Amino acid sequence: MDKIIKNFAIGLALLIILAPLGLLAVGETFGEWGPEEVKEKLGFVPPGLEQLSSLWSAPMPDYALPEQGDSMSTAAMTYILSAVLGVVICGGLLYFVGKKVAKD
Amino acid sequence: MHIPDGYLGPYTYIALWIIMIPIWYYAGRKLSSELKSRQVPLLALAAAFSFVIMMFNVPIPGGSTGHAVGAAIIGIVLGPWAAVIAISVALVLQALMFGDGGITAIAANCFNMAVVMPFVAYYAYKFISGGTEITSSRRVIAAAIAGYISLVIASAFTGFEFGIQPILHHTAEGVPLYMPYPLSVTVPAMVLEHVFGFGILEALITALIFAYIQRTDTTLLYGEKSAAQKKKKKNASTA
Repeated sequence: MDKIIKNFAIGLALLIILAPLGLLAVGETFGEWGPEEVKEKLGFVPPGLEQLSSLWSAPMPDYALPEQGDSMSTAAMTYILSAVLGVVICGGLLYFVGKKVAKD
Repeated sequence: MHIPDGYLGPYTYIALWIIMIPIWYYAGRKLSSELKSRQVPLLALAAAFSFVIMMFNVPIPGGSTGHAVGAAIIGIVLGPWAAVIAISVALVLQALMFGDGGITAIAANCFNMAVVMPFVAYYAYKFISGGTEITSSRRVIAAAIAGYISLVIASAFTGFEFGIQPILHHTAEGVPLYMPYPLSVTVPAMVLEHVFGFGILEALITALIFAYIQRTDTTLLYGEKSAAQKKKKKNASTA
């Protein structure tokens, strides 16, 4: 049991290190365009979409620091940092809460 | 598959919040009554894994990019209700901190990826596995198919939620207020890229992790009795 958990943790660490590979995929994702991209497609931005799209300013938009520039190595580093934060926060929260509620 | 803010109008996103709140509540109750100490590290790893695997954007022919979710294997290993919690935590963090998926759309994204996916995957796996031995290779195939169809069905839900927007929300002149494309565009767009691309990735990940657990410790799998429980049962039946 413990060995499996250890191996999964090693696998997860590898995924974190390899995460910047996910940056190599260039292209758009259907339904995840920004307002400017919608404007390019349609010639206008649907008013509700424009209004709601600026509702929230995430501290690390698109797994990067705001205005970090175009450097690929910076992007790779902030991407790894995002993965580490995600793992620590998600894993930490569930571990902590899980330990509190778990039986035996 | 992370719907941003502005693509779903209030009817849809509020409806999905109303659907999700009791689901989260029930999933939380079920988790706190059933979770065993030895499953806690696995639950934590599951949420972390789902978070990271969604960062692996892969390109597919046609210029689109997307990713696997990891929800199928989590549903099969931890059970669908625990998967609801693990994947929701990852999705909420992605929305709040990284702007991946909208705030208004958190419930919609959780419904598609943290509810539809693990439930479809779990029952598809159960159905295809049938009464085969836990170590049967048929179960690896079952896990792969479960991963594939669960992501495809989740993408169809997403496409449907997108496509009803022009019907629900438009100006008097017919100008769409939110997602502008109709069902005839959104459903094929979402489904096809998952049928020919990301679904295959989800199938591979699901089968790979399942096969690993199958070869190491099947008692980790949801619904399988632990060695101690088996022993107890055996003792009880021989007594």
